[in-house]
Amino acid sequence: MSDLVIQIRDMTRTYVMGAEEVHALRGVSLEIRRNEYVAIMGPSGSGKSTLMNMIGCLDTPSSGEYWLNGQEVSRMGDDALARVRNKEIGFVFQTFNLLPRASALQNVELPLVYGGVGAKDRRERSKAALTRVGLGDRMEHRPNELSGGQRQRVAIARALVNEPAILLADEPTGNLDSTTSEEIMRVFESLHAQGQTIIMVTHEPDIAAHAERTVVLKDGKVSSDTTNRRGAAA
Amino acid sequence: MLIRDAVGMALNTIRVQKLKSFFSLLGVLIGVTFLIAVVSIVQGMNVYMEDQFANKLIGLNTFQLRRMSNFNSGNVTEDMWREWQRRPRINYQEAAYLEDNVQTPVLYSRYCSENLDMLWDGKTAKQIDIQTADAPYFQIKNYEIASGRTFTPQEAKVGAAVIVVGWEITDKLFKGADPIGKSVMIAGIPYRVVGQIAKQGTLFGISLDKFAVVPFDAPIHRAVCRLGFMDELHVRADNPAAMKLAVNEVEGLMRIQRRLKPAQENNFALQTAEGALEGWNKISAILMTALPALVAISLVVGGIVIMNIMLMAVAERTREIGIRKALGAKRADILAQFVVESATLSTVGALIGIGAGIGLAFLVRGVTPLPAAVAPWSVGLGVFLGVAVGMTAGIYPASRASRLDPIEALRQE
Ligand SMILES: Nc1ncnc2c1ncn2[C@@H]1O[C@H](COP(=O)(O)OP(=O)(O)OP(=O)(O)O)[C@@H](O)[C@H]1O
Ligand SMILES: [Mg+2]
Repeated sequence: MSDLVIQIRDMTRTYVMGAEEVHALRGVSLEIRRNEYVAIMGPSGSGKSTLMNMIGCLDTPSSGEYWLNGQEVSRMGDDALARVRNKEIGFVFQTFNLLPRASALQNVELPLVYGGVGAKDRRERSKAALTRVGLGDRMEHRPNELSGGQRQRVAIARALVNEPAILLADEPTGNLDSTTSEEIMRVFESLHAQGQTIIMVTHEPDIAAHAERTVVLKDGKVSSDTTNRRGAAA
Repeated sequence: MLIRDAVGMALNTIRVQKLKSFFSLLGVLIGVTFLIAVVSIVQGMNVYMEDQFANKLIGLNTFQLRRMSNFNSGNVTEDMWREWQRRPRINYQEAAYLEDNVQTPVLYSRYCSENLDMLWDGKTAKQIDIQTADAPYFQIKNYEIASGRTFTPQEAKVGAAVIVVGWEITDKLFKGADPIGKSVMIAGIPYRVVGQIAKQGTLFGISLDKFAVVPFDAPIHRAVCRLGFMDELHVRADNPAAMKLAVNEVEGLMRIQRRLKPAQENNFALQTAEGALEGWNKISAILMTALPALVAISLVVGGIVIMNIMLMAVAERTREIGIRKALGAKRADILAQFVVESATLSTVGALIGIGAGIGLAFLVRGVTPLPAAVAPWSVGLGVFLGVAVGMTAGIYPASRASRLDPIEALRQE
């Protein structure tokens, strides 16, 4: 049981827009183990991003349960959610979402700032994280002085710097060309090899093929859940 | 550490958008400039008026009995002026009566003055303030003798043709040479210079050294005073308390001599340093009352402008707020960030205002005879107001920022 990082039971999320109700998630159940590498696929509007936001504690479900690392997140308040995001979650976004006026190093330091880590420790850990993604020589560069692939690697370093339980990536290669996408996938693979749990949303089958398990959503429900290669035992 | 980041961010915003920042900080800047400049000038004036004006012009613990006051604050109507002109001058009998009857130990000197030309060696010093006075006059006025001596009671008694000159006479007429023993002509009569009074300096740019003193009964008396009368009777006590007593005594004794009924007003004036300061005190009181209102208005306007700037900043940086929240920033973190940023902006405005205020005060001091002394408390207050206005103005925008939904915020372009 302790091997389960994520346990989701009958999760729904309904958006109320005036008189209309949008059912983004209609009862999703999902379990993810430590060190799994999961790709989430599905047509546009099927609820992938909504699910990622739930897993990432940016949003809370309308009904159902969500346990992260043995804590029931679905019942948490604002500040507690912020702490979970800070400690347990590392986000990688399609649009990188780096602070434009801050250097690569300052961007990576940000989660540690909110985690209350001291300045010296912060600096060292951020440098190590940047070195880990191959950007040891670009620390003082600002996002607009970096290529798309480099920006995404800064974002990955930022996601990893707090040693989160899970790395969440919503279409991490959506804004990158195929060569750069492959680079990012190699980074993910090496992180996975080092024990990192990764959940990634993608539209592209060849990107999803890097994962060891593929969950397909359709109309806010899990329509298939398959193991890709010999790797993971479900 | 977060505070440092927020301060840095605010400073960065200012650096990137210098002109826009300058205009947005103008309210706070003007408010604090006013505060510093007005307080500096008023404080400088206070010190100056007390030290220089009152004490040099009137003298410490000193008052003057006159027909009418020299220093009038407020409106003097034509009727008042006419009444003053009809008042009797102070005469010898009155002065002698006071000397005999005032109990408080004091020094007396009769006094008249007139502007007259002074000649020496074919040169003329025009319009010198020739003062006729009794021997204690130098002590009453606290004049320091730089060289030579004052006239003796004997010389005063016989009305000897001796003269004690001010600094400017030595400087202009004798070109700095030792004046003692030289003979100057005033109204056709020669006077022997016996003393030289130390330099008195200026008051509001007017020289206080363009004068000379001769015995009250010196030959020039006829040109300066009406016989039997004096312009002023100078009285000096040992300390402020004694002076107050003496003022009261003199007032009472004068009313007796002039047979004034209780309902009648004094037909003479008692001129004290306090009285001379009255006019200035009124002006400074008005300034110091108007100042808080002026400063408050500027700061309120400045605060509203800063609040709008911060609301714009929150709107422009919604995505940044989303990112920070996704990375674990709590509401309080976002709130603090924007409050600190707002306070930093406003404090920068206040600091520029302090600089401008000090500059303005010194400019006034440089181009006018008005003095200025920067009051440390006003600088402290300026900084405090800057921080306080910024924090207050920042609370609403910051709380809006802190309540943003992270997903919505991240979705913003
Ligand atoms: N804030 C919101 N308010 C109302 N409806 C929303 C909101 N967010 C998402 N939805 C709706 O929920 C459904 C699922 O959206 P979601 O973003 O999860 O889809 P997705 O699978 O990520 O799609 P895509 O592949 O295009 O990114 C959609 O119908 C969408 O319109
Ligand atoms: Mg999506």
